[in-house]
Amino acid sequence: MTLTVVAWTVAGWLVLVGALGIVRSRDLVHTVVALSVAQSGTYVLLIAAGFQRGATVPILGAGGAGSSPVVDPLVQAMVLTDIVVSATVTALLLALTIQIAKRHGTVDPDELRALRG
Amino acid sequence: MSRLRLVLFGLGAVGLAVLWVVATTGLPPVGTDVHPYRDAAVAAAAAHATANVVSSINFDQRTFDTLGEETILLASVVAVTTLLRPADDERVEPPDPPPAVLPATRLAGWALLPVTLLVGADVVLHGHLTPGGGFQGGVVLATALHLLYLAGSFPALQWVRPTRWAPLLEPAGSGLFVVVGLAGLVVGAGFTAEFLPPGVLGAPLSSGTVLLLNVVAGVGVGAAVVSLLGQFLRQEIVIGPGAAP
Amino acid sequence: MTVLLIIALLATGVAGTVVALTPDPQRQAVTLSVYGLLLGTVFVLAAAPDVALSQLSVGTALVPLLVLLTVRTVRRRGGRSGGSGSDGS
Repeated sequence: MTLTVVAWTVAGWLVLVGALGIVRSRDLVHTVVALSVAQSGTYVLLIAAGFQRGATVPILGAGGAGSSPVVDPLVQAMVLTDIVVSATVTALLLALTIQIAKRHGTVDPDELRALRG
Repeated sequence: MSRLRLVLFGLGAVGLAVLWVVATTGLPPVGTDVHPYRDAAVAAAAAHATANVVSSINFDQRTFDTLGEETILLASVVAVTTLLRPADDERVEPPDPPPAVLPATRLAGWALLPVTLLVGADVVLHGHLTPGGGFQGGVVLATALHLLYLAGSFPALQWVRPTRWAPLLEPAGSGLFVVVGLAGLVVGAGFTAEFLPPGVLGAPLSSGTVLLLNVVAGVGVGAAVVSLLGQFLRQEIVIGPGAAP
Repeated sequence: MTVLLIIALLATGVAGTVVALTPDPQRQAVTLSVYGLLLGTVFVLAAAPDVALSQLSVGTALVPLLVLLTVRTVRRRGGRSGGSGSDGS
């Protein structure tokens, strides 16, 4: 019961606090990092959904399947994809930030709006 | 201005929190022993003699999705390389003479290099048996090469010069992934279908195409990470028009 | 085991808050690294070693390094940022 409440709350909290970081951001690098925190909420959500009390890692022993219960490997595979995609998106956004710094001389989102037009 | 933005965020956050509570109260409790996908995935992994079920899902049961992931990685590397190439008004300055590196640091760098390369290769090659695989091992392999920075060995870095081969190796990894998938189409049941003999569960040469695809993904991911880091590191020697001396 | 997982989850939530609300990106790279380590601990305790390995290599090493390199380049290009506390506006 406690685990259920804590896991869902932490997952939702990470998404929200990441979004709050984006809203309060005064620096695009900070914005990108806050976005990656928001995305990491989905890792917690997926891993919690696949967890089973007392189950072992999803690696089959020599006895094959069915000897002891394992946690859900499907959500783990999804989180693996999630982590790699998050890293590539972060790299791309950081490259865009460098380009913005070169072209506009600032990475403050508020100043960038003033520059436009 | 900023206050209005925070108020708007607060309204949205309260809405999301309410919806979140409503949505999660209907979910099964965390730690439940009912996992239908787990049962199906474990049976499929055992049928193909892949001990690591997560690797079986990524490189056998959902190979097409992993191909998509490889493609995202390739697209990101292409985009970062395009964005960070020196513009017309920038010039690339040769790096300053290498700073003196403590002999202990140099020794640590050189001593850790083969160890890290071995660990990376181990993580890739045993991805079907133990935790790990092409993606994790590829990152470790890419990190190993950057120990040369730590060792301060610029001649060695010139020799491995990642900007030369990494951009070629990355698409090669993605391309080979497609080739293995097409081989499944020609020899087996369809695109990305298993076509190698699965072998015995837990044996070093088991799991059919999972091992092969792990190696291919390891090469692709390693090259991608080397390219990405190389592009960001190169910004150190790109001098812009308005840069301070 | 479950108690440890709950503690790790709570610590991750606190660390995520610290990362998102650290205004200076250079410090953020450090807190992000610690956050990645805690997230990796959660994955180990939840019996997900594959994910933990991926999170440790990518989230604790690679991404903070990219952030640090970006901050260096942006600062060198005279990129002003509100987070650095150097502008008086």
